[in-house]
Amino acid sequence: MRAFTYERATSVQEAANLVAAYPNAKFIAGGTNLLDLMKLEIERPARLIDVNGLELDRIEATPEGGLRIGALVRNTDLAAHDTVRRDYGLLSRALLAGASGQLRNRATTAGNLLQRTRCPYFYDTNQPCNKRNPGSGCAAIDGFSRQHAVVGVSDACIATHPSDMAIAMRALDATIETVKGDGTGRTIPITDFYRLPGETPHIETVLEHGEIITAVVLPPPVGGRQVYRKVRDRASYAFALVSIGAVVQSDGTGRIAVGGVAHKPWRSEEAEAELANGPGRAAAVLMADARPTEQNRFKVDLVERMVAAIFTEARG
Amino acid sequence: MQFDKPATTNPIDRLNVVGRPVPRVDGELKTTGNARYAYEWHDPQMDYAYGHPVGAAIAKGRVRSIDTEAAKKAPGVLAVVTTLDVGEREKGKYNTATVFGGDKIQHYHQAVAVVVARSFEEARAAGALVKVEYAPEDGAYDLEEAMDGAVKPDGSDKPDTAVGDFERAFADAPVTLDAVYRTPDQSHAMMEPHASIAAWKDDDLTIWTSSQMIDWWRSDLATTLGIDKERVHLMSPFIGGGFGGKLFLRADAVLAAFAAKAAGRPVKVALPRPLVANNTTHRPATVQRIRIGAERNGRITAIGHQSWSGDLPGGQPELAVNQTRLLYAGANRKTAMRLATLDLPEGNSMRAPGEAPGMMALEIAIDEMAEKLQMDPVEFRILNDTQVDPEKPERPFSHRNLIGCLRLGAERFGWQKRGAPATRREDGALIGVGVAAAFRNNLLMPSGARVRLDGDGMITVETDMTDIGTGSYTIIAQTVAEMMGVDIDRVTVRLGDSRFPVSSGSGGQFGGNSSTSGVYAACVKLRAAVAARLGFNTQDVVFDGGRVRSGDRAVPLSQAAGADGLIGEDTMTWGDLDKTHQQSTFGAHFVEVGVDIVTGETRIRRMLAVCAAGRILNPLTARSQVIGAMTMGAGAALSEELVVDTRRGFFVNHDLAGYEVPVHADIPHQDVIFMDETDPFSSPMKAKGVGELGLCGVAAAIANAIYNATGVRVRDYPITLDKLIGGLPEVA
Ligand SMILES: Cc1cc2nc3c(=O)[nH]c(=O)nc-3n(C[C@H](O)[C@H](O)[C@H](O)COP(=O)(O)OP(=O)(O)OC[C@H]3O[C@@H](n4cnc5c(N)ncnc54)[C@H](O)[C@@H]3O)c2cc1C
Ligand code: SF4
Repeated sequence: MRAFTYERATSVQEAANLVAAYPNAKFIAGGTNLLDLMKLEIERPARLIDVNGLELDRIEATPEGGLRIGALVRNTDLAAHDTVRRDYGLLSRALLAGASGQLRNRATTAGNLLQRTRCPYFYDTNQPCNKRNPGSGCAAIDGFSRQHAVVGVSDACIATHPSDMAIAMRALDATIETVKGDGTGRTIPITDFYRLPGETPHIETVLEHGEIITAVVLPPPVGGRQVYRKVRDRASYAFALVSIGAVVQSDGTGRIAVGGVAHKPWRSEEAEAELANGPGRAAAVLMADARPTEQNRFKVDLVERMVAAIFTEARG
Repeated sequence: MQFDKPATTNPIDRLNVVGRPVPRVDGELKTTGNARYAYEWHDPQMDYAYGHPVGAAIAKGRVRSIDTEAAKKAPGVLAVVTTLDVGEREKGKYNTATVFGGDKIQHYHQAVAVVVARSFEEARAAGALVKVEYAPEDGAYDLEEAMDGAVKPDGSDKPDTAVGDFERAFADAPVTLDAVYRTPDQSHAMMEPHASIAAWKDDDLTIWTSSQMIDWWRSDLATTLGIDKERVHLMSPFIGGGFGGKLFLRADAVLAAFAAKAAGRPVKVALPRPLVANNTTHRPATVQRIRIGAERNGRITAIGHQSWSGDLPGGQPELAVNQTRLLYAGANRKTAMRLATLDLPEGNSMRAPGEAPGMMALEIAIDEMAEKLQMDPVEFRILNDTQVDPEKPERPFSHRNLIGCLRLGAERFGWQKRGAPATRREDGALIGVGVAAAFRNNLLMPSGARVRLDGDGMITVETDMTDIGTGSYTIIAQTVAEMMGVDIDRVTVRLGDSRFPVSSGSGGQFGGNSSTSGVYAACVKLRAAVAARLGFNTQDVVFDGGRVRSGDRAVPLSQAAGADGLIGEDTMTWGDLDKTHQQSTFGAHFVEVGVDIVTGETRIRRMLAVCAAGRILNPLTARSQVIGAMTMGAGAALSEELVVDTRRGFFVNHDLAGYEVPVHADIPHQDVIFMDETDPFSSPMKAKGVGELGLCGVAAAIANAIYNATGVRVRDYPITLDKLIGGLPEVA
């Protein structure tokens, strides 16, 4: 870990300004991801701006009938929130499928969205990795790639986004509210929030430097049966090989967001339209452009089987 | 004392303390955080510095140069010691790979430097500033590729064995199996990483560390440092797990010693978790071919087992065929081990070396054979039981109750309700049950101890035996209490210190039986000293209730001790009872699993182990050993694999996020039953090892249960869902 300065921001704007002013500054929320990466010198900020005191920890109803979740709401509190449990069960389930109780007590909504990949080569600074060290190559593509992405991959990177919560947020069509250093704010639909790796796998979202997430907003409840199914080698405390967040309506239509298969939560409205022709069709469209490696081909089968099972079960 | 005749009745047989479920005597220290582990030693008088190890970034080659400029200038840095600075060193006796010193890189994350600073954080930060230039060389990293060049290992005990005419019997057998099984490289993944504190006083070194074998470490450390062994004082009173990963001297101790010398003050060094897998040793991967031929009635006529594994030059094979030489009958037999050269980190002992991976393969093969014969796998094993060493029929087992374990286990587990493969479904899961035998040899090691009786009636036992979480403190206290006829709270146990008599140490499941036998021998001496002082006849003297009795005279022990106390010291050595008689431990594992029909995720539903391991010295600590071993077996079956990057030559998943050991949710229900037995050939304690037995066969029982659940036979561990999914029913 490199030496860094640490400051507590007293307002959202101040936080944004402080980070925007220094190319090497970063926000810190729960620190459960950032500090681990700093210890290994994968992240090397010279300046940390702590956003924990910013009172962004409220969950409130929106005039539209949705829910505004402050960026600093802890994963534990969000999962346990009555409205979330009643109307957005998918989100609660996804959160509780992630990490451990201790980590969820600390982890925040914004930090969770921005957690970085768990690619083992990304974590080993002796190895080439375009995400950690742009232009150095990707050790995973011809290496150990069992956990890696199968869709939306590039020749530069096949990493996945590891968040469970983000899958639920994607299925629920959340939007992300931010404030920038110049004082302007924006609302970013989650579908536009994450980027595919392309040539620049080190750039993971559309956020600008110094742009702070203030809240994540859920639209009014969509009803339906809400399922979060996380598949992993052990029963708990592991990242998803594949996870599916689905909303299944009684007429067999619905939404499907898939985790563990791409650089972002994977969802396709086109595929969902195919649900009318059966879940098999929908899954086929969803995974149509899959480019798996020898080691992770099974993920394509897994998605197809899970989608079929989820939609058949929910109807039956 | 030499143990060369089967034990007869002795004071241990009273079982007033031994054999009882005595809670751990060090339990309170541990649960209150007062047991001090290596890194936690803290003397306020000492000005500790912190050493951060730097690991090699390549798998094979040479270090051209090391630039320590920047690191030395970094805040708080006191010293930097590199592998070039210390130069090539005489290697200790027990390691294959060089731990530190010289320019040769033999494996990834081999220690190349240690940075010492005032704080841990400063040392770590400066560690990243050490710039190493390498001259990399090509290496061999892929066992499957290197197998062709594998050779008969020299130095190894019986790489090949043959009895009768295997090839012919196999060719003639009406029912045969010929299959290949694979077990991956595995990491010990103990909770406490390797850690040491070194402090020099002139030329004398004191080292607090985490070691299973005090004397091996002490001599190898002295050799590496080039100093007299007598100058090294090594202590390791508490150990947060070892599993074989702390049998041999490791880099933390060597680095701490060099660092403390260079910095001129005591230095603490712990291996960062991401370094542990590649810097230390691991259980090597194996490829195993098993051939079995049987008559239609189920009698095995031919059994052959070949195993291939790899290691660095000068290394050893994984002894994966060992159990096949002894477990089942059959007139025609053959085993062979071949060793390939691999430039991966050093392969070496991990809990039940040999039998653990060997049983993973053999016990699937036995299940497959039973199916071919249309026999119940329990009955097939019973039919082929042997009471003698099948390679030397004149040599009986000292005691063998595999059949009892299988029968009792089957009854308790409800084995008869087992259905045909892929026929049972519950709540979206395919349910199956599996069985495997458990087998592990009983090893004996010389072991010494010193017992002192003080004037207040307290007894202190000292031995360099270690407690790696197994319960050594407790069973040693029980042994002393039993031998001297006192309550256990009159006994103080001091372990893990090179000033104490050399013991067996902990490993190979020899520690429990060997170390208590050493304590037994020392107590025999102390009893004689007490009797002598009182003028009692040693033959009829009884130690009971804190008193010594002879005829109608009874004297409190405290009185016998006198003001100066009395000491008994001895070392238990072993005659040839393990040559005339095969000493092994036995058991049966039963497992029920559910395999998700959609995803192929296997989740264990319940496990039962029945163990026949001689006298159980303490059913509580023994049970803990067995359930821990069963858990390790669950990891071996379902998730544990050090993944080799065959291009770059290292284990990729080198942290506990990537190397998945079981978590609580994976282990819902475990039962353990111990057979009530003694083995007078093993020791005066009549006990045998149990800590490794519990691991041997578990993974195969799980594999067999998965087969029973799904009808998919996987011979390649770990059995992850990607290996099953192709064989699962279609999802509607
Ligand atoms: C052992 C372990 C197991 C885990 N298992 C899982 C799992 O199974 N599933 C899962 O989904 N996750 C898992 N996680 C990840 C965990 O969910 C994340 O670490 C956590 O959600 C990150 O939140 P944080 O608040 O601690 O973020 P931090 O570590 O504080 O920050 C993460 C990133 O977000 C940025 N950031 C934080 N807040 C803001 C803001 N308001 N605006 C802009 N940028 C911001 C930071 O600059 C940083 O780059 C696991 C983590 C660990 C350590
Ligand atoms: S997959 Fe991406 S994160 Fe992993 S090594 Fe390649 S570039 Fe780095």
